[in-house]
Amino acid sequence: MSWCVLNHLSSLTCVENVRLLDRSSGQRKASTGTLYLSATHTIFVENNPETRKETWVLHSMVNSVERPPTIPAGSQLILHCKDFRVYQILIPQERDCLDVHTSLVRLSRPGKYSELYCLSFNPNVNKEDREESWNFIDLMTDYKRMGVPNNLWVATAANSEYRVCDTYPSELFVPKSATPAIIVGSSRFRSRGRFPALSYFHQDTLAAVCRCSQPLSGFSGRCQEDEMMLQAVMKSNPGSDFIYVVDTRPKLNAMANRAAGKGYENEDHYTNIKLQFIGIENIHVMRSSQQKIIDVGEMRSPSMTDFLWGLENSGWLKHIKAILDAGVFIARAVADEGVSVLVHCSDGWDRTAQACSVASILLNPFYRTIKGLMVLIERDWVSFGHKFSHRYAHLDGDPKEVSPVIDQFLECVWQLSEQFPCAFEFNERFLVAIHTHVYSCHFGTFLGNCQKERRDMRLRERSHSVWPQLWKDRAEYTNPLYKAELSQTQGVLRPNTTPYCFKMWKGLYNHMEKSTPPRQSPADFLSAVREESQQLEEELTNHQEVPPGGTAHHHLGSRQGIQHTKTPPVMTPL
Amino acid sequence: MEFSEHIKTANVEDVVLRQPLHPPSRGTLCITGHHLLFSDREEGSSRQLLLLLRNIDAVEKRISGSSGTITIKCKDMRVLHLDIPGMEQCLNIAHSIETLSCLDGVAAMYPFFYRPSDLSLQNQWGLSSTEKYYSQMKELHNRWRLSSVNRDYSVCPSYPPAVIIPQNTDDDMLKKVAKFRQGGRFPALCYYHRKNGMVILRSSQPLTGANRKRCREDEHLLQAVIDGSDKGYIIDTRSSQQAQQARMTGGGFESKSSYSHWKRLHRQMERGKALQESLIKLVEACGDESHNMDRWLSKLENSKWLSHVQTALSTAGLLAECVERDGHSVLVHGSEGTDSTLLISTLAQLIMDPCCRTLEGFLALLEREWVQAGHPFQQRCAHFAYSHARLQQESPVFLLMLDCVWQLWRQFPLALGFSEALLLRLATEAYASDYGTFLCNSHQERCALGVTENTHCLFQALLRPTERDYYSNPLYEPTELAIWPSVHPQSLQLWRGFFLRWTQQARQLEEAQEEIRNMVIEWGKMALS
Repeated sequence: MSWCVLNHLSSLTCVENVRLLDRSSGQRKASTGTLYLSATHTIFVENNPETRKETWVLHSMVNSVERPPTIPAGSQLILHCKDFRVYQILIPQERDCLDVHTSLVRLSRPGKYSELYCLSFNPNVNKEDREESWNFIDLMTDYKRMGVPNNLWVATAANSEYRVCDTYPSELFVPKSATPAIIVGSSRFRSRGRFPALSYFHQDTLAAVCRCSQPLSGFSGRCQEDEMMLQAVMKSNPGSDFIYVVDTRPKLNAMANRAAGKGYENEDHYTNIKLQFIGIENIHVMRSSQQKIIDVGEMRSPSMTDFLWGLENSGWLKHIKAILDAGVFIARAVADEGVSVLVHCSDGWDRTAQACSVASILLNPFYRTIKGLMVLIERDWVSFGHKFSHRYAHLDGDPKEVSPVIDQFLECVWQLSEQFPCAFEFNERFLVAIHTHVYSCHFGTFLGNCQKERRDMRLRERSHSVWPQLWKDRAEYTNPLYKAELSQTQGVLRPNTTPYCFKMWKGLYNHMEKSTPPRQSPADFLSAVREESQQLEEELTNHQEVPPGGTAHHHLGSRQGIQHTKTPPVMTPL
Repeated sequence: MEFSEHIKTANVEDVVLRQPLHPPSRGTLCITGHHLLFSDREEGSSRQLLLLLRNIDAVEKRISGSSGTITIKCKDMRVLHLDIPGMEQCLNIAHSIETLSCLDGVAAMYPFFYRPSDLSLQNQWGLSSTEKYYSQMKELHNRWRLSSVNRDYSVCPSYPPAVIIPQNTDDDMLKKVAKFRQGGRFPALCYYHRKNGMVILRSSQPLTGANRKRCREDEHLLQAVIDGSDKGYIIDTRSSQQAQQARMTGGGFESKSSYSHWKRLHRQMERGKALQESLIKLVEACGDESHNMDRWLSKLENSKWLSHVQTALSTAGLLAECVERDGHSVLVHGSEGTDSTLLISTLAQLIMDPCCRTLEGFLALLEREWVQAGHPFQQRCAHFAYSHARLQQESPVFLLMLDCVWQLWRQFPLALGFSEALLLRLATEAYASDYGTFLCNSHQERCALGVTENTHCLFQALLRPTERDYYSNPLYEPTELAIWPSVHPQSLQLWRGFFLRWTQQARQLEEAQEEIRNMVIEWGKMALS
């Protein structure tokens, strides 16, 4: 093995005559080249002098490194990535392979945050730009947009120093009648101190979606402040004399929690609540279910029976349906019945985040825009303390903490976009890009497990936010069919959740289609045509402005430019 | 025959109609010889329902007290409920529908009475024929000839009068070959691949029987096909075991020893009753409202419909590969040569030939490969998946073909000149139609009944300027390349537009298609301004 130094990367391992097969892209023949291992990436450069194709794999995207038995041609490594890509590497010398394996295992499981890409890699961006990037999404603007604060919901300073609940954000909205004493009392009666707080306010009906964690009720415990808190939530909706408490867990799980001093609200103690169980399974069930669907995606040439059986057996779509059903229940209560809903699960940071954010998507068209989805994820996931670093294994840690919670939310959005092709401003690529960045640690946005942790890490000074980057590329993420004035775009979305409406999300789990000879996509085609017609329009405007002498030349020049892009049959030359 | 003898009650007032995607409405129900008519009696509302009785697959009645409910399940998958006051009236109506919806006589069917104002019976009937195809394909002429050996249908009752066969095969030989093939369906050309001069032929199975009978003329004909080339392929749509078994009942296959230059490939395709049962199971699964994901997936799997789609597309892909990539001519047959044979030859032509992918080209292809080539529409499409009647010759081969074309359309949304709406329309028309195109089982039968003189042609109606736009694909961009479908299970989907067509979801997808159409039209205007 030789060691060399490249000018822009520090120490670099490099192995020659390596063969790489990108299994997930359906590549049939391995390509030969040189494998480099930098501090941040595995890089493979093809030998073919004409293409010199490079493959870069960020260490933090590597989920596991498998080392199958050595074969006569050499030793193998299989890289399973968090974006479900699979790379098969063949290294001639067993010793080199062992070295690469050891290095990769260590590099892909950093022990501390400072080793992560977004903190170890410092691009030449000035301080202003970095700070600006963090201000791109402002949650207070979002609350203002939904009409909060108002005479029903007010900001509370109770958690400004994270003293009441260390996993909550510092800025929160609560019912106007909830005094600090009630808040503190209620937080003591809730798992991890996660007391009921506002997630979404629906201006049309004045009903709200609130979230919290499970009560520490055990078999008979009660708490006056907590009961008053729920009463306050109800009173903040003048249109209704009760609230729904949605426990997103299966009832059996919720009951089992009572033995541990936790559980769910006793309807005898809380007046005017209606308790509803939804039955979303816990993170462990979801983890193993996702593994099964990944396996389905990786099947070589399955028969239709194998595939459908695998799909059924994974249970994945059943779980997606349960989450969507939870969102539908909440959205119906808020929009149709005008009743406020309090949502919780156990700790209120996984299933609760899923159910609340799906409900927001259904209730408000804003969250179906590119900016809106960013705001929503920033609010219901990032600020409310979804444990990103634990769930997506940013650091080497407890594998039992890992679970595809946000994957499922993104998939719910995708399933909805399949059902309502014109309702979303973004396309599938946007969802996949978010998915990638949740895992990649390329940006600081999803680092850590709660706001306090991020503040302690001074992430705003040391890294960048992902949102401005995605916003910059929004042309690539735009759904050409989105039109703000269409009926399915406006108002509340009422999806059908009959099982036949759900499909496997091929775009995420199987990259096969992407790299086979250019598949035709109507959306891409429309985007190209849209771009082109904008050019034409501009040209037309210019045309009118240009003095007579200059017209012909200008016209000819831009028409040549247009001919490079796709032209639909109706758009014959001018 | 008088329809009136089957109509005891022609009109009922105060009937409530419940149908998918509409609120219930109250109005007048009327039964005529061919239609069920419902008109909303609300002031100012002109909602009407005009349903061809032929479109009704099953009728269920439930009487409670003095009124009753009739549930009508249509061949286009619509399910309607009629609440009818008066027990006797309800029973009369149900009886009329039951009888009139499955009358046997073709001559009494609605196409013989349908006279729209913008079509004339004097119009030319149909878009394409063997003669036309032959005259367009000049390259064919030195090695192939048009034979009228079947002009009186005596050689092969299910073939059209004209067929294309190798130049050096005379009509007397053909007659002998016909005796050696089931139903007289001797090998005849159905496609000429311009890029390399290779052809697709189709036929029925050879009648080799248990004692391996041979037919020199048949061997000679096939030899003439590959003249100058090293070999040809025979794609048999049965497994080799099935082909072996067929010998016991007089059928068989082309043995290696007698057809040394032909390589047989067996691909087992489901046919007949099994295919019909698959459709019945799928339709049942689509109607299941239980919201149980496991049950849905297992019912979907159990119906095997998507497996049939997969097999059909991959067999068609194999056929196209033999012709386009491998550069060899292919003979396709199963047993009768009127079902899966047509299915894969149609799909292979769509995969390879850009001319078949335009709106006209596709309709012309269907006319040659299904209508004229003798797919027995009347038998195959007598009933859909709801009927309680005992299964006879029903089999949704044509629908399976349309589903496969839809899969192609979805995988190559720019390559086909027609829209999903066309496929949906064809799926409906094959089962119940105002037009004569899908009547009868063969060219011969249609001639005997004067179908071309006395009914209108669907394909021509679809090309009228008023209809044309709706059935065209706004994104169509012709490509000369073959469109190879992916048959990976993840790439194949349930045809929601058809199987879930009366749900809200299908409406939203339709809205998206409409949006695409509007966008393209808008841009077209902009480009022209």
